[in-house]
Amino acid sequence: MKEDVRLIEVKEDILADNEKLANQIRSEFNQAKTLLLNLMSSPGAGKTTLILKTIEMLKQDLKIGVIEADIDSMVDSHKVAAAGRPAVQLRTGGFCHVDATMVKSGLEHMDWQNQDIVFIENVGNLVCPAEFDTGANKKVMILSVPEGDDKPLKYPLMFSICDVLIVSKLDYLPYSDFDIEAMQQRVKKLNPNIHIFELSCKTGKGVDAWINWLKNESGDANSNI
Amino acid sequence: MHELPVIQKVLDICLKHATANAAQKIISIELKVGGLSDLEPKWMQRYFDFLSKDTIAQGCKLKINKTPVMFKCQSCAKTFQVDMNKTETIACPGCQSEDISLESGNGYHIGNMEVL
Repeated sequence: MKEDVRLIEVKEDILADNEKLANQIRSEFNQAKTLLLNLMSSPGAGKTTLILKTIEMLKQDLKIGVIEADIDSMVDSHKVAAAGRPAVQLRTGGFCHVDATMVKSGLEHMDWQNQDIVFIENVGNLVCPAEFDTGANKKVMILSVPEGDDKPLKYPLMFSICDVLIVSKLDYLPYSDFDIEAMQQRVKKLNPNIHIFELSCKTGKGVDAWINWLKNESGDANSNI
Repeated sequence: MHELPVIQKVLDICLKHATANAAQKIISIELKVGGLSDLEPKWMQRYFDFLSKDTIAQGCKLKINKTPVMFKCQSCAKTFQVDMNKTETIACPGCQSEDISLESGNGYHIGNMEVL
């Protein structure tokens, strides 16, 4: 007997659940006038260093909390806590990225409504975090000079979805053949509206521009009705 | 790298629809993958085969189509397609504005599936 093949309409987006929760997180942050930032980069580009530098420079002006995501360690959250700011460590248990569900569970352990800015320090990875909406108001990525100026060619999705690109470890530039102009052109090709900041947390060069951007964004979040 | 959670989600959604429709076996699934995704069809099928073992989706074929990368011009509201591998700069073909935003090209959508 010949079995009949039937066609079933599924018509579902795989990331729909995640996007729904992400939109809910975003609207809660808008209401609380807190800015939620998703910070992404490859491992070792300087996410934690940038966060610590930002906390230090804004300690008089803005309250900052951090959700740290790592596959399995507490190292980063201890550093943030040592800087006197609330930190929640998410252990992603092998997951290569943070999604909205993980952010939601992290936020339950933080007094985030009373912060001006909350950073999500995503898992070090230029591939997967680009695909998952965390609920952040803005997406920020770091590319460090030692990684090379060709990264926009290799990880186009990450460069095309971010609002801000921070080129870090600028102090390495004299020892490197990193071509800033070529990198900028490659990034602008993917994402003409991206803000690019070039800085070194070690020397402090360029950090002010990033801090000013944050202050503006945080002010905008505050003026939201 | 995140093939596993993505494919697990595909499997979960399809098994849910199969059960709701009293299907005995899933034969094929249409999957639309955004042009910016770097997941390779060959590997998606391998992960699917691994995850669907001992379910009614075992042996199911994924029919994967890449969907185009579309941008929308903020100046004149025109939407246009871009081949990310060929284009030097992305600008609106209508008014040459570079004030554009990504309209579609990421994400994963399940279309129809064939079942017994």
